[in-house]
Amino acid sequence: MLAPLPVTGTQVIRVVKAMRRDRRAQWGPVVLGVAGVVAFLVTWQLYAEFGPVSDEFLPYPAQVIGQFFANFALTSFWAAIGATLWAWLLGLVISSVAGLVVGVLIGSSRFLRRATFTVLEFLRPIPSVALIPIAALAFGPQLEAELLIIVYGCFFVVLIQTLYGVADVDKIAYETTLTMRMTWLQRARHLVFPTLLPYFMTGVRLSATIALILGISAELIIGTDGLGQSVAQAQLNGAPVAMYALIVTAGALGIVINLAARAAERKVLFWHESIRAEVPA
Amino acid sequence: MTILKNLGYWLGLPIVLIVVWYLATLGDVSIFVPRPLPLWEKFVSVWLGDNILSDVVPSLGRLLLALAISTVLGVALGVVIGSFRAARWFSEPMLEFLRAIPSTIMIPVLLLVIGLNDTMRTTVIVLGCLWPVLLNTITGVRSLDEVLSNTAKVYGVRGWNRVWHLVLPGASPAIMAGVRQSLAVGLILMVVSEMFASANGIGTLITNFQNRVAVPEMWSGVLLLGVVGVLLSAIFALVQKGVLKWYDGLKAAADDN
Repeated sequence: MLAPLPVTGTQVIRVVKAMRRDRRAQWGPVVLGVAGVVAFLVTWQLYAEFGPVSDEFLPYPAQVIGQFFANFALTSFWAAIGATLWAWLLGLVISSVAGLVVGVLIGSSRFLRRATFTVLEFLRPIPSVALIPIAALAFGPQLEAELLIIVYGCFFVVLIQTLYGVADVDKIAYETTLTMRMTWLQRARHLVFPTLLPYFMTGVRLSATIALILGISAELIIGTDGLGQSVAQAQLNGAPVAMYALIVTAGALGIVINLAARAAERKVLFWHESIRAEVPA
Repeated sequence: MTILKNLGYWLGLPIVLIVVWYLATLGDVSIFVPRPLPLWEKFVSVWLGDNILSDVVPSLGRLLLALAISTVLGVALGVVIGSFRAARWFSEPMLEFLRAIPSTIMIPVLLLVIGLNDTMRTTVIVLGCLWPVLLNTITGVRSLDEVLSNTAKVYGVRGWNRVWHLVLPGASPAIMAGVRQSLAVGLILMVVSEMFASANGIGTLITNFQNRVAVPEMWSGVLLLGVVGVLLSAIFALVQKGVLKWYDGLKAAADDN
């Protein structure tokens, strides 16, 4: 059945206004978003031109963007990205698996949960970058040094999320599985795993960002191959344009990793309420 | 009895671990493996002497200053961006990009643009800590209780009053969550910025030890940063308890129903 047509003047005005609002909501984000980016670039240009910082240290946006695209033709550029991503991936996988295993182990026992509380609360806030000098001495500018930093930082994030997840198992559901005489494996598969998964994925998503930051920091300071090291080198060579272009690259990489992590989360948790609710009915 | 039991849970594993650690490192071990007794001695001699004033205090001072700046800045920007749809559309793509830049990579740039000084080190921390506060504030402002928001509108509460009495308190749980995230980020950036370039600070001292291959001293720095991290989160928990008293009460009341 069709909705009755608006009859009074006020109703017509209301409908027209709503349509206008719709159109604005459609184009607004695009137009204003582009305007925001342009405003940023113009501010940068003006600041580089008239600001107190010399041209030598703050190049114009056009130069940086040009260099950013020119980099795509360089093998060394792709090698640096490859090195950063490889360390990132290895570190993320190691810390996710370790965090999950240890988290499930500790989380399934009340005794272990209480006994490990102090140790975890002390080890967790140690910023893993504090280990950079030790890693640098012990391993030198090697992948292992970078991995140590990444894994220490991300392990606790995944671990804590996993602990939350295990603790979140519904008590009534748990007792139901007991009544149904489910085996340990069935309970793990049908009760604990689905409860745990969203928390674990949150941990992995957070870790994906943290791993990139830690990896690049390690490269910057220890000098393991990767984007961070290229930036440090560009700074030493007095090549600010190259440096800024690499930083833009790091930002782009950050966005890609962010999007990929969110997409992975959505894919794995397609059945979960938090994801289903996003789909318009 | 319960107190004893709790104490056992609190201290049991740490004591066991330290004893095991002590016994395991009695023989010859790699120089990179720390030993409990030398570590403790170094911790006392390195960090509890003159270095407290010359390095620990400046480091923490920069960290706290940067946290304060990024909280104020993040909340102010977040309230504006969260309140106006146009501001959100305008800033979103640029914010998404700037936030994605790993903040430590900005250190070489700030070194060039600002120079080698405390302003640069504080700016590095602000650049990293701003995002959690800003994004959480935006979310908090956008998810204000609708009934409260409409009630305020009906009563003609607007402008500064609205911000002060409705928006800020309503968003405060989200804001506090953002500040807690930025604590961890800030500690990381504090250390890295000092390792890269500094005249004083915890990170600088640790790097100096690295150059002298003074491994136990380096480990004592790691221990110190752990203590600082624990203390910071404990202090923050207290502050949060005070600021969000009404919210915790509200939640407890809702749970009772």
